[in-house]
Amino acid sequence: MEKRVVFQSRWLPFALVAPQLAITLVFFFWPASQALYWSMLIQDAFAAKTQFVWFDNFRDLFTDPHYLASFKVTAVFSVLVTVTGLAIALLFAVLADRVIRASKLYQMLLIWPYAVATAVAAVLWVFLLNPTLGILTHVMRALGYDWNYLLNPGQALALIVIAAVWKQISYNFLFFLAGLQSIPRSLIEAAAIDGAGPARRFWTVVFPLLSPTTFFLLVVNVVYAFFDTFAIVDAATSGGPVQATSILVFKVYQDGVQALDLGGSAAQSVVLMAIVIALTVVQFRFIERKVQY
Amino acid sequence: MVERRPIGTIASHLILIAGIAIVALPLYVGFVGSTLSFDQVTSVPMQLTPGTHLAENYADVLLHGSTKGSKAPVGPMMWNSLVMALCIAFGKIAISMLSAFAIVYFRFPFRRTCFWMIFVTLMLPVEVRILPTYKVVAELGMVDTYAGLTLPLIASATATFLFRQFFLTVPDELAEAARIDGAGPMRFFFGILLPLSRTSIAALFVIMFIYGWNQYLWPLLVTTREDMYTVVIGIKRMVAGGDTLVEWQLVLATAMLALLPPAAVVLVMQRWFVKGLVDTEK
Repeated sequence: MEKRVVFQSRWLPFALVAPQLAITLVFFFWPASQALYWSMLIQDAFAAKTQFVWFDNFRDLFTDPHYLASFKVTAVFSVLVTVTGLAIALLFAVLADRVIRASKLYQMLLIWPYAVATAVAAVLWVFLLNPTLGILTHVMRALGYDWNYLLNPGQALALIVIAAVWKQISYNFLFFLAGLQSIPRSLIEAAAIDGAGPARRFWTVVFPLLSPTTFFLLVVNVVYAFFDTFAIVDAATSGGPVQATSILVFKVYQDGVQALDLGGSAAQSVVLMAIVIALTVVQFRFIERKVQY
Repeated sequence: MVERRPIGTIASHLILIAGIAIVALPLYVGFVGSTLSFDQVTSVPMQLTPGTHLAENYADVLLHGSTKGSKAPVGPMMWNSLVMALCIAFGKIAISMLSAFAIVYFRFPFRRTCFWMIFVTLMLPVEVRILPTYKVVAELGMVDTYAGLTLPLIASATATFLFRQFFLTVPDELAEAARIDGAGPMRFFFGILLPLSRTSIAALFVIMFIYGWNQYLWPLLVTTREDMYTVVIGIKRMVAGGDTLVEWQLVLATAMLALLPPAAVVLVMQRWFVKGLVDTEK
């Protein structure tokens, strides 16, 4: 779409885009190209000598068992976060859509976690599930289940999944509810007249019509699980125990900022960039096509 | 609702109420914890009714911070978070409105190039390019400054796209009339476009304020001095002060303080918030 009326000026449009372009160039293109360049360098411990090594860093990365393990953890983590997060939010949204009268009230009560910082969400859940003090730990002990996420890798993963899903529920819920409310009532009524019960109506009419929203949320949640959950991992488990919760973003930070492995961390950044770009391209292709049955 | 199913409706309400209870649980327990004394909060199991130390704990963290781990008071951190959130929100809105205006209402060389350069930033969150961005900021001497804290996060395309979409829906006649009446482009921008965009601005403000306030990784890198910490970082530093005796009542009080401003913004501006969320991501 283009505007019919345009203003004429030789310099004004450049002045108007200048601030955004300047910031983009300095804080986006420059660092991104630096990352690309560094990913092909090896630096010794005192940063005295650097050597250009082409793709050696990437080769090292993909033969490093820790990195491959981190890939696996990230995959498991993002699948768990995305699937449980979407399923719970969809259930709530369908129910809230059903009880029309109170749906605004439920919406208001369910959007709170969105305002909570990811790190704060992590701290709140750590408090609930703390091995010695946690209330939920106490309940589980009483039921005969031993909970200690500081020692048990599976439980540590469960902890960060819970915190991540909790934080993301309101976002998913709002989108599902908006999607459900935009489905024409007449379609559902027509299906009901034809004798389809609620469950049948949901799976044959509502769910397919909701697929653009679902697909959009799928991509957003995967991106969220990959990147925005850094705060949860750092504040709750710091990647442990035994690397069980060391997701890719956390490893970039650990290797780059804490271990000061410039080349290796940059190579990991490049791999992550490739993943995000792939996800974004997938998202745009499908959104353009409007996924529907 | 198509047919009447009273049992189904009751079940829906019950499940929703249970869901809300689970969602609210961490917030409630966190609040209760922040009103207890150290002995009460560390006794197992902790009591589930608010205690009497609310004012004491909150005053303690605001003015003195915790005694273990980071000892920085939380009051100045709240100020830092506020400055950061406001700078990011207003900065993003200002620069992206201007660039969207240029891209929609002018034809100039490299217009497409500009558009795509901004568009690409949509793809790469800060988390992906932390180290190189940090280097750039360090070379510019902006570590431990508000500029270093906010500028790298202002470079994002979402707001530009929202405004571009919105400007495209503004009737051409308005610009035409303004031009016939002799108004220049900036007069048109401030006199007509800006007032028309009020709703979009409000919606974006809510989203960006929360985004800015809740930032974690970037402030963690760029702030090294305690007086530049944001609240979210302050909490993390308190918990990291050794796992033996974390002063949970103070940590939780800080957590409550940290979530209060964004929660207030969401509550007060709920209508725009929902709209902004649904609009920015389309």
